[in-house]
Amino acid sequence: MNDLSTYPSAVPLLAILVSAASVPLIAISRRRPNLREFWTLLAAGAKFALVLSLLPSALADRVAETRVIEISRGIDLSLRADPFGVYFALLASGLWILTSFYSIGYVRGLKEEHQTRYFASFALCLSATLGVAFAANLLTFVIFFEVLTISTYLLVIHKQTPEAIAAGRKYLAFTLTAGVVLVAAMAATLQLAGTLEFQPGGLRAFRDLSPVEVKILFGMFLAGVGVKAAIMPLHAWLPAAMAAPTPVSALLHAVAVVKSGVFGVVRVVGFLFGPETLGRFGLNEAMLWLAGSTILLASCLAFAEDNLKRRLAYSTVGHLSYVVLGAGLLSPSGLIGGLLHMANHATMKIVLFFCAGAIYVNAHKEKISELDGIGRAMPWTMGAFAVASLGLAGVPPVNGFVSKWYLGLGALEGGSAAVVAILLISGLLNAGYFVPIVYRAFFRQSENFRSIGEASAWMVVPLVLAAGLSVLLGLIPDLFFRFFTLAQQIAAQILEASIP
Amino acid sequence: MIEANLPLLVPLTFLIPALLIPLIGIRVPGAAYPLALAAVLVSIPMAVFGLFRVIAGGPVSYTLGGWEAPIGIELVLDPLASFLTLVVTVVSCLVLIHARQVASVEHPDKRVPYYSLVLLLLAGFCGILSTGDLFNLYVFLEISSLAGYGLVAIGDKRAPVSAYRYLILGSVGTGFYLLGIGFIYVMSGSLNMADLARILPHILDQPPVLAGLILTVTGIGVKTALFPLHFWLPDAYSSASSASSALLAPLGTKVGAYILIRVLFFVFDPDEVEQRVPITTIIAWMSAAGILYGSLMALAQQELKRMLAYSSIAQIGYIGLGLGMATPLGFTGAVLHILNHAVMKAALFLVAGNLRVQLGHSNIAAMDQRLSRQMPWSMAAFVVAALSMIGLPPTAGFFSKWYLVLGGIQGSYWVFVAIILLGGLLNTLYFFRVVERVYLPMRRGRSDPAVANEGREIVESGEARLFMLAPTLVLAGLLLALGLASSFLVNRVIHLMIPAGL
Repeated sequence: MNDLSTYPSAVPLLAILVSAASVPLIAISRRRPNLREFWTLLAAGAKFALVLSLLPSALADRVAETRVIEISRGIDLSLRADPFGVYFALLASGLWILTSFYSIGYVRGLKEEHQTRYFASFALCLSATLGVAFAANLLTFVIFFEVLTISTYLLVIHKQTPEAIAAGRKYLAFTLTAGVVLVAAMAATLQLAGTLEFQPGGLRAFRDLSPVEVKILFGMFLAGVGVKAAIMPLHAWLPAAMAAPTPVSALLHAVAVVKSGVFGVVRVVGFLFGPETLGRFGLNEAMLWLAGSTILLASCLAFAEDNLKRRLAYSTVGHLSYVVLGAGLLSPSGLIGGLLHMANHATMKIVLFFCAGAIYVNAHKEKISELDGIGRAMPWTMGAFAVASLGLAGVPPVNGFVSKWYLGLGALEGGSAAVVAILLISGLLNAGYFVPIVYRAFFRQSENFRSIGEASAWMVVPLVLAAGLSVLLGLIPDLFFRFFTLAQQIAAQILEASIP
Repeated sequence: MIEANLPLLVPLTFLIPALLIPLIGIRVPGAAYPLALAAVLVSIPMAVFGLFRVIAGGPVSYTLGGWEAPIGIELVLDPLASFLTLVVTVVSCLVLIHARQVASVEHPDKRVPYYSLVLLLLAGFCGILSTGDLFNLYVFLEISSLAGYGLVAIGDKRAPVSAYRYLILGSVGTGFYLLGIGFIYVMSGSLNMADLARILPHILDQPPVLAGLILTVTGIGVKTALFPLHFWLPDAYSSASSASSALLAPLGTKVGAYILIRVLFFVFDPDEVEQRVPITTIIAWMSAAGILYGSLMALAQQELKRMLAYSSIAQIGYIGLGLGMATPLGFTGAVLHILNHAVMKAALFLVAGNLRVQLGHSNIAAMDQRLSRQMPWSMAAFVVAALSMIGLPPTAGFFSKWYLVLGGIQGSYWVFVAIILLGGLLNTLYFFRVVERVYLPMRRGRSDPAVANEGREIVESGEARLFMLAPTLVLAGLLLALGLASSFLVNRVIHLMIPAGL
């Protein structure tokens, strides 16, 4: 059916377990913060190295596979490092390293309580994220998806303020309901298709279903994964979850959790239903409508937020739907654009969250209206902020431009001028809500920031590195991690396999 | 030698010490606990051996006194019976290790009758599981029921009233059962289950047979606390001593569910019956209503044990729904849920027992964040059990619900699928209410001394003692292990139990 060859390997499992294994070590060393942080960094480094070691074989279309144990009749808990899985795993584990350094600076700068719980939950989240990435079938995917929900809950409520507790409830209400819908959809899939295995180009059995069945099933799947992907109207938990500490928002609410959601969308679109089934029933049109309206609405809502993190959250909601849009276009360039945007948005948004955190630690400001003149006090931080925000608006040479360019190409291939218009308008709206922040920071004066300078190097170095990475990936998209080649490969897999 | 006597061995292991304990206990009260524990410890290897033997070589049958069935009483150990015997012995062993401390704190003067009643209860349970005769089953049912009334009566101030209520309703239940098998016996002339399974298809059109079935199922419904026949359960479980409720709640209703399975699927043919009286459909709808009712009532409770009791009604609903759907996967889910719910309810009731001993109460309104510092391990076990009750992977609870959902889809029961999943969300609500209180700085708990020290002055501080903590943690750990082992269990064990009629 496809030219992927698999070979048994324990590496995907090890890559998942390495951060879970660090949890007890982190817990034991709770009285020795330096040792504790060493475990986090060691786990992050080892995880990234393990994922990186899977890259060459993924590029050669050779897929590492671990079958762990049978968990339901005929269905194994099994992991497969296919190009798409490796792509997402690289992204999440790579940015975890940066976030780990940053977190150390952040929690120590703020003297946060419960630091041990914080680092332990973080490690657990990353295990779950890689499990989502490498899941070879739907049941494995759902199991890790739910573990991710619970381990993230611990981070959302971390501050234990009434606001954080309320946010945690909201988060659980949305994600657990979605999980239940996903389980129902999964059970129906097993009954109708007889398998839960992900296959590039979709399951053949789905092509023979009646239109009503396909539509209901797809709706359930989209709702199930769409909550984490924050597709409107299922997005309300995300701005609320900004009550979490900023590094959590940075990695989980810009990379791991929300990207697990869009990853799920692409898995469902490309590996369960397949472009052909979706196209035949016009379901990709529905996706385009949902994504398009989410992009525009979220951008408009971002204007209304004076709280910096909440504005970033709405921006995230909008940008996640770029990926959904790319998946809905079902054309080669559209898919490549959507996939690239998964990585590109991650590197840019993490910079912005890092900046918000650095400002909070140093100047204790959360509101945009209080940031006048901060650019002079924290030039590196705000410089990186400017780079990343221009990138999100789609200005070359930052990587946001590349993904938008391919999304635009994909829209033209599919002949949908409306999508091109949405992309252009959204670019302008992005500029509209980001540029004023940069303007305030550098061109307005105030007396507030006389006495402060840059945040500690633990925080500034990662954020400048991430901004640098965004620019480099904008200039040479295939640099270091072969993101571009991988995206091409994934798009080819999905689209070629679906040609009967 | 041992093989041939297998079906009788486990019930006897409990029955003989149950009678010895009062005799020895009069002189040496301290001997009661070691005797009871020894009986349970001996029973586990026998149950394990029985299960392996039955899986490898098929059912084992034993005729009492050498009188061949259908005249004499036959005991049969088949996969379902031997599997549940193992569940009963293992769970009761862990509960009994835990119970020593609880019993000596909550009712120090009633320890001898307590242990004797526990063994009688277990003898009744294991007898019910291994008998192949409907009337013999009634005898064992009465043994376990009477022991159960006694165990409930050993409790707080309200316990005698609850036990009396339980006695009345339970006797009505067993009375219905007896009446039912009377009808069946009159029409068929046999009480042996295997014999009846051969005779009944020929006489199923006779109204008295169907009436007998309905009466029997109604009676079992009371013992199983199938909604709306559950009225005895909340009072009985919440006012019994923690040592008793930790044994009754996980096992009592499960044995009822076993009788339901035995009568409905093995003695009768569900398909044939369904064409005449829609009895499985009615059970399914009652169970579905029970899931919603139990969950909503659990949400309204302020007392942990009472909340768990209502939660039991909801969980019995899951088992009943799996049976009522009458699909192979639904049946698998139901049997798996009997096991999983026994383990998770035991874990939760042990935590409640730890709380009663360490705090002197288990009032949710009086709990606050200090609890998670005082008893970190007990509360961690509570969280694991709660996650399993909600049905989150990779805990055991997820997998039984997964099979139940598959069963619902297999039979196209969309409403039931929705209710199973909705029930999981309601579980989330009432368990997170407790988890939030214990782990997060909510409004201060009411540290009203009247609430906090209700009925008892001695309150210990700190985490529960080792012998209370260890069984709690073992049960919580089992929930994770059973989650991963569920497929193994389904393929190797539960698969063998699925009745031919499905």
